[in-house]
Amino acid sequence: MSHLLEVDNLKVHFLLDEGTVRAVDGVSFAVDKGKSLGIVGESGSGKSVIGQSILRIVPQPGKIVDGKILLAKANGNGDSELIDLVQVPPHSRVMRAIRGRDVAMIFQEPMNSFSPLHTIGSQIIEALRLHSDVSPSEAREQAVEILAKVGIPRPQYLVDAYPHQLSGGMRQRAMIAMALICRPRILIADEPTTALDVTIQAQILDLLKQLQQEFGMSILFISHNLGVIADISDDVLVVYFGRVMERAPVDVLFKEPAHPYTKALLRSVPGIDTPVRTPLATIEGTLPNPLVEIPGCPFFGRCHECGGDSVCRDQPYELTQIDERHYVACPRICIRT
Amino acid sequence: MNSSPYLLEVQDLKKHFPLRRGMLKKTVGSVKAVDGVSFAVRPGETLGLVGESGCGKTTVGRMIMGGYTPTAGHIWFQPNGDSSRVDIGSIKPKEMRPLRRYIQMVFQDPFASLNPRMTVREILSEPLIVNKVAKGRELEARVRELVDLVGLQVSHLGRYPHAFSGGQRQRISIARALALYPKLLVADEPTSALDVSVQAQIINLAMEIQDRLGLAYVFISHDLGLVRHFSQRIVLMYVGKVVEYAPAGPLFARPRHPYTEALMSNVPTTRRDVTTRKIILKGEPADPVSPPRGCAFHPRCLYARALCSETEPQLREIEPGHLAACHFAESLNLAGCGALGCVI
Repeated sequence: MSHLLEVDNLKVHFLLDEGTVRAVDGVSFAVDKGKSLGIVGESGSGKSVIGQSILRIVPQPGKIVDGKILLAKANGNGDSELIDLVQVPPHSRVMRAIRGRDVAMIFQEPMNSFSPLHTIGSQIIEALRLHSDVSPSEAREQAVEILAKVGIPRPQYLVDAYPHQLSGGMRQRAMIAMALICRPRILIADEPTTALDVTIQAQILDLLKQLQQEFGMSILFISHNLGVIADISDDVLVVYFGRVMERAPVDVLFKEPAHPYTKALLRSVPGIDTPVRTPLATIEGTLPNPLVEIPGCPFFGRCHECGGDSVCRDQPYELTQIDERHYVACPRICIRT
Repeated sequence: MNSSPYLLEVQDLKKHFPLRRGMLKKTVGSVKAVDGVSFAVRPGETLGLVGESGCGKTTVGRMIMGGYTPTAGHIWFQPNGDSSRVDIGSIKPKEMRPLRRYIQMVFQDPFASLNPRMTVREILSEPLIVNKVAKGRELEARVRELVDLVGLQVSHLGRYPHAFSGGQRQRISIARALALYPKLLVADEPTSALDVSVQAQIINLAMEIQDRLGLAYVFISHDLGLVRHFSQRIVLMYVGKVVEYAPAGPLFARPRHPYTEALMSNVPTTRRDVTTRKIILKGEPADPVSPPRGCAFHPRCLYARALCSETEPQLREIEPGHLAACHFAESLNLAGCGALGCVI
């Protein structure tokens, strides 16, 4: 089966005066049509840079130094052709045609994604008219329609509202409307619910799932929140220090996590089984220095399970299959199997 | 109920901010940020103050700290265990000064709450010097004791805040708050800016310090899971009012207010072995400038009836120690954590 999006051995490095930060260091995954892939990691893990690479909007001085990002792009007559986004210049006409049309993105802070000087309607219409040949009045109709679809009350009236006139939850809905106006096949959602309250977060997640079904789009959902990832994803990628530590279908990952890092993350959130007022499990230490290249396991030294085994430090990083669709990058587990 | 006196007792506390419009800044109404909140904190216990943004939980914290003067109500504080309690909501600033050291605060953003131009030693020494608690060798000893208490090293004392990670900065904030031997710590979302693994470290530290020093906390948070883990009693706020006030166990086992039930069901879970039931609330929290008639929650409530849009429910005792502000608190059979399958 061919994938809608396939990322192969992606490496994004930031070339600083002090040295090279390997923000993404050999990440591979695939996204299928209509499915959701969750990318979960702590701050500094490189999860956002993965999303930015796909749209070729990695901030300076970041560079994609290696790897492929293969997108199956519709060519208009029902077929699709594979293009490698790494080879497409970021400012080119081709890339601009892909952004918003094939791949759209929503962000954590919707205030930063809208211009404060234009109405949300005019911004949604602009996005639509950029990619398809529709008349202004027709575009406005479509904008009202999509605003209604994302659950904005009185859309024919609020289409003329400015971003500051909307609440945080409504702004997030408007941003989703803008991202979906061209019916993209892939939606990259970078922490879209982090700034929202839980009841509004639940509404937005529900909306995304419902729109995904309706439009058949794929979602790449980036978050630090394990619960949110568990809610929306079909498959999950656990990233740490720019590398994938574990990849599995969502049920497998949360029922039988294999990597010590995944297990440690899950333990550090108090659950119904955690006796109250008992110490929570922590992950000791901090992220390794990003300027230093680590050939072995980047979790070495913080891991509770390896006990300082030199194999973990020296064995080159490799994501190994341990079960059907379950991949782990832990030398201890991988050598055993 | 325990007959021991309360360290802090908040009674019918209100804070209304005037809403001014136009050239002459005429007062056209008021934002009822906090509108009749009551709760009490015993020495050494943690009270969780929970609610969504805009519900007034931070404003309550600020009033306890003396940052805002209440519009109405009392904040009784009794730092010394005898019966000399004072209302810090209406006290004169001069009289407040000797009491201020007993209430300290830890803020959400450890990057904004520490002066970047002061070393850790200076940050920790300042309250001790200003309040004339220690000087000279005694001062240095206390500073060292503080860094040790929060799990930092003496070698960190000469460094500036920028050299520390978010979690370490929050430790410095906690050390600063502990410098003057407080009785009560108000912590406003102290771990929201941190990664989960670091959050766990800070929560562990807070519990350890509490057990060691017998401190009381007012823990302000939107994270129900953390609050459940950490607090003995919980106050749930919605649009400036208390909707439910109960010990943690009964609150999660059997909530008595529909808002509590919905909030619990909305906490995303990683559990796979249980089927979860989500209650998706319609709409958004009411505007505190013009809250709806009757119960402020009724436009979003699944169980609302005619009465709810007419009469405002009063906070009342449903079971011993368990208070809720819902007309139908007794008759509704709301799902607790077990029935919802939620992770918290």
